[in-house]
This record gives sequence, structure tokens and C-alpha cells, in this order.
Amino acid sequence: MQFDFIDGLFVLMLATFIGLDVIRRVSRLLHTPLMSLTNAISAIAVVGAILLAGEQESRLSTVLGAIAVFASTTNIVSGFLITDRMLKMFKRREPAPSTSSGQAR
Amino acid sequence: MIDQLIQLVYLVATALFIFSLKWMSDPATARRGVFAGVGGMALAIIGTLMHPLLIGYSWIVVPLVLGALAGVPLSWVPLTAVPQRTALSHAFGGLAAGLVGTAKYFLWAEHHELTTFRMGAIALEVILGYLTCTGSLVAAGKLQEVIPTRPIMYRGQNVINFILLAAAVVIAVLLMLDPGRTVLFPALIVLALAFGVLLVLPIGGADMPTVISLLNSYAGLAAVAMGFVMENKLLITAGALDGASGLILSIVMCKAMNRSFTNVLFGAFGQVKVASGQVEQRTAKSATAEDAAQLLENASSVVIIPGYGMAVSQAQHRVHDLYEQLAKRGVDVKFAIHPVAGRMPGHMNVLLAEAEIPYDRLVEMDDINPEMPRTDVALVIGANDVVNPAARLDKNSPIYGMPIIDADKAKVVLAIKRSMNPGFAGIENELYFADNTLMLFGDAKGVIGEVVKNLSGQSGIH
Repeated sequence: MQFDFIDGLFVLMLATFIGLDVIRRVSRLLHTPLMSLTNAISAIAVVGAILLAGEQESRLSTVLGAIAVFASTTNIVSGFLITDRMLKMFKRREPAPSTSSGQAR
Repeated sequence: MIDQLIQLVYLVATALFIFSLKWMSDPATARRGVFAGVGGMALAIIGTLMHPLLIGYSWIVVPLVLGALAGVPLSWVPLTAVPQRTALSHAFGGLAAGLVGTAKYFLWAEHHELTTFRMGAIALEVILGYLTCTGSLVAAGKLQEVIPTRPIMYRGQNVINFILLAAAVVIAVLLMLDPGRTVLFPALIVLALAFGVLLVLPIGGADMPTVISLLNSYAGLAAVAMGFVMENKLLITAGALDGASGLILSIVMCKAMNRSFTNVLFGAFGQVKVASGQVEQRTAKSATAEDAAQLLENASSVVIIPGYGMAVSQAQHRVHDLYEQLAKRGVDVKFAIHPVAGRMPGHMNVLLAEAEIPYDRLVEMDDINPEMPRTDVALVIGANDVVNPAARLDKNSPIYGMPIIDADKAKVVLAIKRSMNPGFAGIENELYFADNTLMLFGDAKGVIGEVVKNLSGQSGIH
């Protein structure tokens, strides 16, 4: 599939606008999980790394690619896991001590 | 045929990433966002593995498994260490981008396939990747306090940084004009690595939220550059989403400190103002945990303002006990969150969520300030500059103009602090000397524990 530089720029511009718009709506409560989530998403670099490590065009590119696969996978796994771990903690009012629900506004 | 299929898989992955971020707009849907992200990433990897040019899988699968194994324990860090972990993962992201760019350069140089455009994209990817890598490592070191958190300064710092960056740009241009000059390429890498270190060294702990956000953005931009190198639209979109996120967070952080990017990056906050006049000895009123307990339980509204000090002393669970005790008595307890409280965006929210404080009790600065004059007690826990009224009143103060939480407007202020030493920025805080302020000296965890003990001790009689 042919890649065109100008196409790439169009994609970049549109994705940036979507990104700015979507991120602006993210709740401030969740800025830390947002960052770990985007961490995991930007580990999309794994795609480039896999291609290098799998095409095996030279020893150098294979080894560097493999290291990059390792670094990105670490980010993917730890990024998604910790994001989920943090998000699980965000609760509205917990049901257990609902003795105080009388005064809850 | 297979190419088209791969591109379609990438297309779905992109959509999932957008949904992933979209669902983060509300804590109720946020976990769905993680699943969408995982789905997008799984599709991206599967799609890539279908690529017909791949000739062997051992160099892929082994690091994939090892990376996953290393990633699991990294997700178990205590929540107070999340800023360090985040910085570390930016470093990994930058490294991956840098390495891929390096490998591509040497492959194409060998086959004489380097066009000016490809060289430009590689130079951008490599500079951004490696500077993000070392810059984030320094940031992680500072957050972990392996490296001093104070700004590290020397003469001509900005000049040296500028020269480094200029040299990197010149080399990049030279390479674009003649990509065959392979000797220059390692120099580009070294310059980018050095620039990353020198860029972050002079930045102090309190500015870390901005720096982390900025590095987050760079990591995304490095992925975008990689997209142009690898001619891959999925990389471009996912990188752009990350870059946009980092950019917005940086802007939010800068606004919350009333400072510009350049000022954060080159200003070395909190270094210069040592001799700021009035060193007159004043005394602050102090109170005991018992007094505090009494004030709190007789209040009808309490606003708790947490800062980095709460994270340092791991006091969030005691704060939860306090919240429970007061809520049981019908006291309206809210938490006022300043955007730059802590060491990364949203740091306080996560800590309080960990301590099982319902998130509808966490209120943003702009929403709480109108309520402050009607608040009976403002309890400041390990926060300093974000409640310093000098930001509103004293035109000569270095933090003048920074938006703050108006703790001083509450009827009574209780401030928990280890000692009267000025905070990170080295700025005196008028709040501690105000007539309506009582100081509670000691470690936040210990002090709040005492207050809770006093409250629960009486709960039987109450």
C-alpha cells in the first residue's frame, strides 16, 4: 500500500484536532490515569519495532528492533494495567457506610 | 490483498483508540476506555504480525513476552510512586522511537535509499526519542529523589542548552542535504541524549507536573515521526492523540501556575529569591490535635486541601478515617484539588480515590473558591504554595498571579506542616501567620491519626 507524505500530513492534522477535542473533555479527576493510558497507547511504537525485528534486514536492525519491542511491550502492559488499577479506585459514594446517606446532598 | 486487510485492521484500531480517550471523560465510563485501548493495541499487534515481509518471529516473540513480564510488576507500584513510573515509561517510549529511527537510518544508508524527506523524519524521530528518553530518566530520578529535586543550575546553562539544540538541528540539516555522511549520525544521537539530561536537570520538583506532561507530548510526537519513517498511518494517529494529550495537560499545568512554557523550562523556579526582605520573626499560633478535633466536629462545612506533603507522608488513608468520622457527624466534607498539587496532573485525585474517598467529594479549584467564605474550617494538609494568599495580594511575590485555593477566606484555617520552613519555592506563606490560622505541627499522617483518635474517642458520648 502506497504511503503518500501529504496523506500522512492530513492524517496527522485531523488526528491532532480530534485528540485536542477529545482530551479537553477528559475529567480533571482522571488526569493521572489519562496519562498512563496515553502512555500505553503511544507504545504503538511496537508496530515499527515488530516490523524491524521481524524483517531481519540486518543484525543491527533486528537487535535494535527487538529491544524496542521489549521497551514498548513493557509500556503497553504496565500502562493498561495501572490505568485500570487506578480507575477501579474511583467510586462514587460507597454503599457500605450508608449510615451517612441521610445527610448526603 | 493482505496489505489492505492490515490497513483495515489498523483503521479499527485507530477508532478504538479514539473511543478509549473519549470514554475517559467520565469516571463511570473510563474503565471501558481501557478495554477499548487494549482492544486497539491487540489489533495493532495482530495486524502487524500479519505483515508479509516478516521472515522470523523469534526476535519478536521473545522480547514481547519479556516486556510483558517486566510490565506486570511495574503496574504494582504504590500510587505515590505513579509519577516516577510514568516518567520511566516515557523514557521507554522515547528509547523505542530512538532505536527504531537509528536502525532505519543505517538500513537505508546501506542501501542508499535515504531521501531528504526520509532523513528529515528520521532526524526528528531520533532527536525527540532520545531527548525524551534521557529527559524522562532524569525526571524519574528526581521524583524518586535519587537526583536532588532542587533545580541544578550553573552559569550559562541556557546558552549551553541552546547551543546543543542548535548543533543538533545543524547536523540534522547537513544529513538531510547529504544523508551519506554517516559519521554525523552518532553525533546527532549523542546531542539529543545530552540535551534531554540538561533540559530537565534545572527543573525543580514542583514543576514536575508540567515537565511530565511535556515529555508525554514529546513521546507522542516521536511516535508521529516514526509513523512518517515507517510510512504507517496508525503510528501517526496514535502518536498524535498522545501528543495532543500531553500538550493539553501541559497547558492546564502552566495555566494553574500562571507561567509560560519557556518560563518552566528555562526559568528554574524557586532558585533565586533567597533575600526577599522581611525576615522579621513572627510567630504563628499552634494548636493541638484535640483543639483541631473539636473545631472540626463542631463545623458544619469542612474543606480539606491536600498537597504533595500528604503524598510524602502517605497520609491519604488517615485522611479517609477523618472523612468518615466527620461525615458520620453530618459535617459536609469536601476536598479542594489544585491542578498542580502533587507531582503529576491528577495526582491528588488518584491518592484520595485509593483511600476510598468518593470522587464526588473532590472539587476543582474554580468550583470551590466561591464556597470558601462560607466554609467553617479549611484543613490544609501538606500544601503550601497553592494556598499562599501572596499569589493574590503581594505584587512582589514570585508566585503573584498564580490561581490559588482561597483557604484564607474560611472562618478557621488548620494547617498541618512539619515545621515553619518555607515550602519548595522558598516563599514565606502569609496564611500561617493569619489571625484565623492555627498550625498543627508534625507529620501529616501522625497528626491526622491523633485528630481521628480524638474524634473516635468521643463518638460514644456524642
